[in-house]
Amino acid sequence: MYQMRLPPWLVLLLPAFVILLAVVAIPLVLSLYSSFTAFQLTRPETITRWIGTFNYGKAMGDANFWAAFGRAVLLLTLALNLEMLLGLGLAVMVAKVTLGQRLLRTMMMFPMMFSPILVGFQFKFIFNDNVGLLNNALQSLGLTDVAIPWLVDGNLAFLAIVAAEVWTSTSVFAILILAGIFAIPQDPVEAARVDGCTPWQTFRYVTLPFLMPFIYIAMAIRSLDVARAYDIVQVMTAGGPARRTELLWTLIGRTGYVDARMGYANAMGYIAILLSIVFTVYFFRKLTTARTSLGMGD
Amino acid sequence: MDQGRTHRIRRRLLKGGHFLGLFLAMSIICLPGLWVVLNSFRPTVEIMAKPPVWIPTELNLDHYRAMFGGVGEGGVPVLTYFWNSMIISLTSTAIALLVGMAGGYAFARHRIPGKAAIFVGLMVTRAVPGVALSLPLFILFGRIGIIDTHFGMILVYVALNVPFTIWLIDGFFRQVPKELAEAAEIDGCTRWQAFWKVEFPVARAGIASAGIFAFLTSWNEYALASQLTRSLNSKTMPVGLMDFTSQFTLNWGGMCALAVLMIIPALVLTFLVQKHLIAGLTFGGVKG
Repeated sequence: MYQMRLPPWLVLLLPAFVILLAVVAIPLVLSLYSSFTAFQLTRPETITRWIGTFNYGKAMGDANFWAAFGRAVLLLTLALNLEMLLGLGLAVMVAKVTLGQRLLRTMMMFPMMFSPILVGFQFKFIFNDNVGLLNNALQSLGLTDVAIPWLVDGNLAFLAIVAAEVWTSTSVFAILILAGIFAIPQDPVEAARVDGCTPWQTFRYVTLPFLMPFIYIAMAIRSLDVARAYDIVQVMTAGGPARRTELLWTLIGRTGYVDARMGYANAMGYIAILLSIVFTVYFFRKLTTARTSLGMGD
Repeated sequence: MDQGRTHRIRRRLLKGGHFLGLFLAMSIICLPGLWVVLNSFRPTVEIMAKPPVWIPTELNLDHYRAMFGGVGEGGVPVLTYFWNSMIISLTSTAIALLVGMAGGYAFARHRIPGKAAIFVGLMVTRAVPGVALSLPLFILFGRIGIIDTHFGMILVYVALNVPFTIWLIDGFFRQVPKELAEAAEIDGCTRWQAFWKVEFPVARAGIASAGIFAFLTSWNEYALASQLTRSLNSKTMPVGLMDFTSQFTLNWGGMCALAVLMIIPALVLTFLVQKHLIAGLTFGGVKG
């Protein structure tokens, strides 16, 4: 008897598809539907009240939403660039070490093991204006005698959050770039040196282009993780003081769970998801171009 | 002569700068963590002291005793959280690796129509943050009745980890020459044996690094766990951390002790597969 047979690749990929469908796709469809309704968490019957694109229109005209949107983009740009530069520096320094490099590599990975929520508490403690590590250190060293209100002042709080983000994720860049440094073929580097390039020129025009794919991978991974900022920000400032550090996801979380306006929260969520998809696709395309220019592609 | 000397001085300066920079960077990376460890051994009075006490005068195990004894402030049942975290993270990592290996192998070895689109589609599922998923998942899981169970959390974490696992493992299988498995088959292995005995061992480093990432993600996840776990049945450690906070106060010492307990397994595991990690990432992500 002839049996219908699926192609082998589909059989292999099927478990992945099924599980992603169940846990990601179906919930997303549900929340897409609810974003067109007046759904309120406290009144389950409102989920059937269809109000069309009202929620989206409201989000478009909401100054708080756009402020949070802008701040999220700012945080992402600032954090990713800082992480890239610091990670590059760190990787180059670690790669030069010969003795004890394994230990350094393990130490470098240290922040990656911290739960984002733990990082939040840790930095909340460090930046505490009264008993925090940073203010204590500054005061003991005699650099200042006032308690700097790190988490109370809006701008300083934003910087504190950037610092926490950079601390956790620089190692992602550093490790990927380190992997890249080890993978660089030595011939072009030596050729450049023979041709009389200064060390800086060698680095800028030979080493760096080889590292670019690795940097784009790190960027792609990190931009997928924008939402990680939720845990850290939620713990450190919860979007305060007076919404000065409100990011997209803290705003959405609050609108959804605290104000119980879930339909509206989901509408904002969809706009936010679109943002991270744009970033991700952008970096993936960059990655593909960088790969093909180096002949690493398919 | 003079040129030689300036050259020597410059080299010494560079070396010193390198050492200093490395030392500074490593301090910044390690100090916050060490501070947490130190505070977990200090009495709360000393942590909160003003003016600060820099050199600890008294170290004790009070916070650990309170934590494991389930007594003291709040009586946080830490051991239960620990086991919940362990079971959920290990099981979901194992399943994610199996699913990821199947998927990664398919991507690496088979011609798939619309491969690039499927691939980006998989990755995009990761762009959906926990907060956005938590409510619809809460409603769905509530209907099926798997809220606050290990099974529900494992399911969620497998889905969270599968895309990245597939990506890493795919790149790694591509590094394994097709001829290896073909040769094994000619020598009398079945397709299955050729995979387990030849291709799998060669790709082990990549699988190990995918595993560590999956484990760390599940072990540390908070946004989803905080909504989908309600009680001792399935509450994980990141959610348990919140037990140390109340409306106006924070039990720093107790929190630091739990933090140490959270970091140790992650540290041990990372150290074990550290060797494979760099190799795994090199081949996994880039050359793929």
